[in-house]
Amino acid sequence: MYSYTEFDTAFLAERNAQFRAQVERRIDGSLTEDEFKPLRLMNGVYLQLHAYMLRVAIPYGTLNGAQMRKLADLAERWDKGYGHFTTRQNIQYNWPKLRDIPDMLDALAEVGLHAIQTSGNTIRNVTADHFAGAAADEIADPRPVAELIRQWSTDHPEFQFLGRKFKIAVTGSDTDRAVIKAHDIGLQIVKQDGEIGYKVLVGGGLGRTPMIGKVIREFLPQADLLPYLEAVLSVYNLLGRRDNKYKARIKITVHEHGIDDIRERVERIFDRLRPVWSGVDQDLLPELEAAFALPRLRSGSVAAYDDAYNADPVFRSWADTNLTAHRDPDHAIVSISLKAHGATPGDASADQMRLMADIAERYGYDELRISHEQNVVLPHVHKSNLPAIHAALKSDGLATANIGLISDIIACPGMDYCALATARSIPIAQQIATRFDELKIENDIGPLKIKISGCINACGHHHVGHIGILGLDRAGVENYQITLGGDATEDAALGERVGPGFSADDVIPAIERLVYAYLDLRKESSETFLQTYRRIGLAPFKSALYPRAAVAAE
Amino acid sequence: MPREFTPKVVTASDLLEGDVIYMTATDGWSRDLADAEIITDEAHSQLRLLNAERQPDRVVGAYLADMLPAAAGPQPTHFREEFRRTGPSNYAHGKQETQAGSRG
Repeated sequence: MYSYTEFDTAFLAERNAQFRAQVERRIDGSLTEDEFKPLRLMNGVYLQLHAYMLRVAIPYGTLNGAQMRKLADLAERWDKGYGHFTTRQNIQYNWPKLRDIPDMLDALAEVGLHAIQTSGNTIRNVTADHFAGAAADEIADPRPVAELIRQWSTDHPEFQFLGRKFKIAVTGSDTDRAVIKAHDIGLQIVKQDGEIGYKVLVGGGLGRTPMIGKVIREFLPQADLLPYLEAVLSVYNLLGRRDNKYKARIKITVHEHGIDDIRERVERIFDRLRPVWSGVDQDLLPELEAAFALPRLRSGSVAAYDDAYNADPVFRSWADTNLTAHRDPDHAIVSISLKAHGATPGDASADQMRLMADIAERYGYDELRISHEQNVVLPHVHKSNLPAIHAALKSDGLATANIGLISDIIACPGMDYCALATARSIPIAQQIATRFDELKIENDIGPLKIKISGCINACGHHHVGHIGILGLDRAGVENYQITLGGDATEDAALGERVGPGFSADDVIPAIERLVYAYLDLRKESSETFLQTYRRIGLAPFKSALYPRAAVAAE
Repeated sequence: MPREFTPKVVTASDLLEGDVIYMTATDGWSRDLADAEIITDEAHSQLRLLNAERQPDRVVGAYLADMLPAAAGPQPTHFREEFRRTGPSNYAHGKQETQAGSRG
């Protein structure tokens, strides 16, 4: 894993000292809120509905045990004993006090963590495939290049005051687990004639105007990456709209000018930048690749795994849903569900964080990942250790066997915490998970992704949920719109709105009708919800959602 | 005919803790909506808001929130204000903790 250098450490210390002074100046009245707000946002501090919120970056979702333990310490010492993992692979603390935040940042710096560029109109924390470096289907680990982009974009003087925020995601395999098509820039590591390079997408994004990213370059040689990104950002910085916040993202720039026009402009600037680019990044890249190298995997019998799998149905059920193929057949990737039925999606208590840190250190080569689906991943586990890990996870409510199933719901904080929200999302997620657990049909339903956002900004990725739920304020009442057929993978698609929204009380029965309709309509039990939807379209699901309207139309 | 004025309270976030606070009739701030001054006159509401905005070392983001007068104190007309005065629904945190503490 990459460890911060002396330079990184000094930079963080200086930045934290600056912020400490800014907080003091705000408290003593030397800075107004208007002056302070952009400064606090640059350091991940929001003022939310009930309290301040600190958003801590987890670059490309990678953590070690010591870092996870520090996150637990923060939760216990300065918050309410828990943290919330987000769809941006970050963690948020919902209750810090303003005066404590500089101390929290200093504590984070002890383990090389920070909150820089987790907010504001800058290049945000770079996200990556949460199975990076471990997945069997990977061409190359996306994290070295994600780290390179982090170093390039941190405090980049030209890109601190963009028209709007800017998000970059990287994947190293054809299977897209990083939702790259819904990012301002999506990078996919590809191989062409034996040479590693990048397929570059631009102009994707969710929110008010959802767009699927468009390919701006089919193949970009590795050494060209940073000057090319700089060219894209330069075009956006100059051409992107600043007259209207809702039209300021690069997706609108690409939409309004067309991808061909944007490509031409980018290539023009790239032609100018490339020859004068120092290439220092390419000198650094081998060091980063070495830092992210696969740990020396141990070998040995996996009989303990096979025995437990055959003997223990609870373990078997967990293994069937929560394990993914590792590049080494004797190892597995473990997804730890933070979606116990009825719990808040993405929340982990300090004790749970410490337990996961212990397990990572003891069995997982000291590596942890945070997924955009708000779960925690142990990327490398020898299969013989899986029974012990399962037992340990079970002891603290972390062994829910539901990865990829209907209760593995993405939900933004919604109006329970967020100042921008128009409705709550967490209780809807809790009720859906509880209801389908009671019905005992979760495994029969199979893969189904429900994603819930509490406002049009779509932090809960509802547009790309197989079932998307969007919470709105309709005449002073919470109202939930349902979209169907969204997909966050390499086949990315935006969901289609079915019809009028439902009240908070009616939305759970509506989802139940939808799911039972799917169970009736599928050709066979192996046909997933999304496959069924793609085969038969919206109409039968619409009839299930609005039975009275369907009868009236007959 | 001018629209009937909906009664209001002045509300904001506490600078140091970020907690929801309400302006009282005696120019103080309370974390409990029941203590808030209910304002029934539009001109007076603007004066009270100006008063809040003059306290940047104490409060952040002051605004006027619609309320209905009641015997138990002002009652929110919108669910957002209901959540602000109560706290999140997934944990008994924020004001709910304080209330549980004061009851206990």
